[in-house]
Amino acid sequence: MAKSMRTAYAETLIELGAQNEKVVALDADLGHTTMSCLFKERYPDRHFNFGIAEANMVCGAAGFAKAGLIPFVSTMAMFGVGRAFEQVRNTVCYMNANVKLGLSHPGISVGADGGSHQTVEDIAVMRCLPNMRILAPCDSIQMRKAVFAAAEMDGPVYIRVSRPDVENVTDEDTPFVPGKAQVLREGSDVCIMAVGLMVHIALTAAEMLEKEGISAGVMNFHTIKPIDREAILATAAKVRGVVTAEEHSVIGGFGSAVAEVLCGQTDARFGMVGIEDKFGKSGQPDELFREYGLTPEHICDECRKTLR
Amino acid sequence: MNYDKKVLQLKEDIVKMIYLAGSGHVGGSLSVLDILVALYYNVLNVDPKNPEMEDRDRFVLSKGHACPALYAVLADKGYFPREDLWTLRKLGSHLQGHPDSRTTPGIDCNSGSLGQGVSIASGMAMAAKFLGKDYRVFAVIGDGESDEGLVWEVAMSAVQYKLDNFTVILDHNGLQIDGSNDEIMGVGDMCAKFGAFGWDVTRLENGHDIAAITAALEKKVTGRPKFICGETIKGHGISFMENNFMWHGKTIDEAAYRAAMKELEEAING
Repeated sequence: MAKSMRTAYAETLIELGAQNEKVVALDADLGHTTMSCLFKERYPDRHFNFGIAEANMVCGAAGFAKAGLIPFVSTMAMFGVGRAFEQVRNTVCYMNANVKLGLSHPGISVGADGGSHQTVEDIAVMRCLPNMRILAPCDSIQMRKAVFAAAEMDGPVYIRVSRPDVENVTDEDTPFVPGKAQVLREGSDVCIMAVGLMVHIALTAAEMLEKEGISAGVMNFHTIKPIDREAILATAAKVRGVVTAEEHSVIGGFGSAVAEVLCGQTDARFGMVGIEDKFGKSGQPDELFREYGLTPEHICDECRKTLR
Repeated sequence: MNYDKKVLQLKEDIVKMIYLAGSGHVGGSLSVLDILVALYYNVLNVDPKNPEMEDRDRFVLSKGHACPALYAVLADKGYFPREDLWTLRKLGSHLQGHPDSRTTPGIDCNSGSLGQGVSIASGMAMAAKFLGKDYRVFAVIGDGESDEGLVWEVAMSAVQYKLDNFTVILDHNGLQIDGSNDEIMGVGDMCAKFGAFGWDVTRLENGHDIAAITAALEKKVTGRPKFICGETIKGHGISFMENNFMWHGKTIDEAAYRAAMKELEEAING
């Protein structure tokens, strides 16, 4: 069943709130966008709206964390990562405050709102901050596990919460261990390492490649930081090509993180699928994925290139 | 109690530690010192032997660059040995160039990136109310710092959440790094502005009058946050530093160090 990660995020916050009275939700006038309005309906006293003031919300969250609470900060990734970057850097990460950033609408799948609201640089920016961890689940079932896991971790966590409905590729029994990549499909020629919405696209690509006689594996990197170095190196040793797939700029993002691990350590050829140093624009998510080269066909092309 | 001698000794510590560090912000440290003395010696419910005491009052020096004054006070209160002051800004010291709650006992949160400390403090006050705690939260901001938009986000949100457990004190010395407030960015009538946002406002003509500061800090207000504007003198107590923006962050060389210490010694013995 297709379901959006943002809905799963908000539903899980409610579930978490019932189990853990320390959990509070902070919003910046986007509760109906991030869906954290659902938490407010259930727990009005544990929900704090800061108005359209992301910097104040992020620093305010650190104040809640200092009092022993577990604040989940929700807004669009563009503003939580972008506008409040220095608050995330100096207040949350530098102080190692126990703040969870559940930021929705990353990448171009935001759709019609256009480039001003489509952050394609959030992974790059959050990845270089000491103490920050990044969870990027691939479907709504995994989002639930990620939210629970984030609450268990001590310190800053960025959860990348996508907007559109997405088919589940994991199920309730699929283990979720932060920091450990998941093999969703074995393959001996090439491995597609994917994050977020690109995971189910990668699985489609792998099926297409199989029809051509290419054996393609798919790995889901629900944790971008810390990156699973061991799994990357072990996988690269077994295939001829590694291709990363992300709904993010190819500069500094997940693909870069994998390249940092592999550089000089493998004979496998390496390719990246992502957004080429461009801003987004208005359109339907599927139109934009085609326009920016994020389709199964693009992944197949990149895989074939590594095998030439 | 007469704090004259205490304040003069703390000023000596401030001048000495910045001289030994070879850098640091002396002007704002001297302007804010009396406010910190009022807080730590008269107002704050804190325990230097138990810096993490759960229900202690919280204090955030949002104008974090004035931390030499805070470090001098914390050392005098017994949070850490006075000798530590001479390690300020040096490799391995727990006394960082700007306050760091992870390293220094008695520091409730990091600050230094202007505007952020007061915002964190407002979050602490919101959390205290949510938890039903009685402790109070105090933050000191600068007038240059008030150029930052984040200060005004707090000016709104603290009223929205009726934070009557929250007090912001403005160290209004009128100068910032590049010159006077009026030349660089006129912050205007801060009391009128905070009043218009809905804060309870007290203006202290003499922001170095510890008794007056104490009285303003202790004033009980219900249903809204408190704003106290202390009219202060940058470089207060050292003749050649007073009201001179060049002493915002200027290095204290040996000649200046000797001259400043001589003035302070004479005042102590005077």
